[in-house]
Amino acid sequence: MTGNAYDFSIITKNIDQYLVLHWGPSMAATLELVLVGVLYLLIYALVGLLLVYAERRICAFIQCRLGPNRVGPQGIFQTIADFIKLLLKENIRIERADKLLFFIAPFIIIVGSFLAFGTLPFAKGLHALDPDIGLFFIMAATSLGVIGILLAGWSSNSKYSLIGAMRSGAQIVSYELSVGLAMVTMVILTGTLQLSEIIEMQRDGWFIFKGHIPALIAFVILLIAGTAETNRGPFDLAEAESELTAGFHTEYSGIKFAFFFLAEYMNMFVLAAVATTLFLGGWMPLHLGNLQAFNQIMDFIPPLVWFLVKVFAVIYIIMLFKWTYPRLRIDQLLSLEWKYLLPINLFNLILMSVIVLLGLHF
Amino acid sequence: MISLTFHQAVFYFFSAVIVIFSILTVTSRRILRAATYLLFVLLGTAAFYFLLNYTFMGAMQITLYAGGIVVLIIFSILLTSHVGDKFEPIGAGKLIVSLLISLFGAGFTLYVFLKTDFTPSSVGLPDASVRKIGNALLSYQRDGFVLPFEVVSLLLLAAIVGAIVIARKEPADNENLNNE
Repeated sequence: MTGNAYDFSIITKNIDQYLVLHWGPSMAATLELVLVGVLYLLIYALVGLLLVYAERRICAFIQCRLGPNRVGPQGIFQTIADFIKLLLKENIRIERADKLLFFIAPFIIIVGSFLAFGTLPFAKGLHALDPDIGLFFIMAATSLGVIGILLAGWSSNSKYSLIGAMRSGAQIVSYELSVGLAMVTMVILTGTLQLSEIIEMQRDGWFIFKGHIPALIAFVILLIAGTAETNRGPFDLAEAESELTAGFHTEYSGIKFAFFFLAEYMNMFVLAAVATTLFLGGWMPLHLGNLQAFNQIMDFIPPLVWFLVKVFAVIYIIMLFKWTYPRLRIDQLLSLEWKYLLPINLFNLILMSVIVLLGLHF
Repeated sequence: MISLTFHQAVFYFFSAVIVIFSILTVTSRRILRAATYLLFVLLGTAAFYFLLNYTFMGAMQITLYAGGIVVLIIFSILLTSHVGDKFEPIGAGKLIVSLLISLFGAGFTLYVFLKTDFTPSSVGLPDASVRKIGNALLSYQRDGFVLPFEVVSLLLLAAIVGAIVIARKEPADNENLNNE
């Protein structure tokens, strides 16, 4: 089987055996935890940098500008320069703020998105956590983020921050419903919550093709609601630069601001990765029916590349949303969720159930 | 040196987290800080479920308590209080009475726990996979829970309708409010 040529579980198993042999099982487990944690933190930060660069370039191209282009070829070192600048900037201490909560808030947001990031399957055998409740775990982890936003807004002791936090809270809590229902629609089709199993089921075709119309509707809803849940434009009224200066992170500076920034981009990455896993086959290569030669060539491309290409394609769509649509008002935002997305979602759920019950899917 | 297994170390760590933040929750004089400490207590409990490999319950704990109830509490605090607000320090009488009551509670629980002779069960861990739980919830066989499940969903529906009725503004009432 060519599909097993890129199985990462063989490598991880070898490393595990080597560590257990030299350090004993208890020490090896600790060491592995530290190793995986450091590795994920590194990837987390690197992908964040990459996304910031991508956002700036895509935004610039849409607005007929060049974007960052001076620091290195095509400006690829721009985000590194930005990063160093953020690290060196002064951490402004806010008088009359609740200092403890002000300090904790960015960490809660980062922890929420990092937990979700940990469950993503990057390739066969290349994921830190694979619980049997996979999708549900991601929902649970991302629901922590809103607490960080609310705490940040309140503890800053600034009216802009408070308004931003309230808007953001209402938005995230209501759109979480649509994200969850879109996922549940797909879970009816898959019959499992475990991400590795969901991907394995798409070996002979991605769910967006296999699931007919309801899968397509669920995909669109997941993208819309997910964009709202990550507080990105056109749903960025929580941080609306032009009216609220920056919403809940107005008072933050330096590295703490960078935390919010990074968490927002990584939440987008998690959303795109979940959409990829559920609808676009995760790290599965594209196979077309019985075209043996074509399928063989596609198998030759490593799954990690497949995964990243699909994820970045979805991220590109989300970025297009931000730079092409005008920002929604709060009432438009809430009526979109409760009057349009939710009913469509519930109907879609029933449609999917009927299709699965009658066995109409491929 | 006392040798700890990795499991035990994690268990003691989260026990300490829960105990410390529980005490902080009731002693803090700033209400939002108390809510945040409560969040850490609930997350510590979720960590126990994960430690027991009961991932479903752990994720449930995070979604319902951390993502749901704490968010609700924080929301209501956000609408009603200000950063500078602090509770009055409680009087000595109240402090002594509540200390005594909580000490009695802790002592009683400890007594019962230490008195009971826990025997390790010979049966292996029950299968707590999400598939099993889902099937049991909607099963009408002997070990099924479909009746309580439906009753709870009815209760939730009633709660939702009730919330809408309370929150809805009647046009006539609105005018009355403005006149006052």
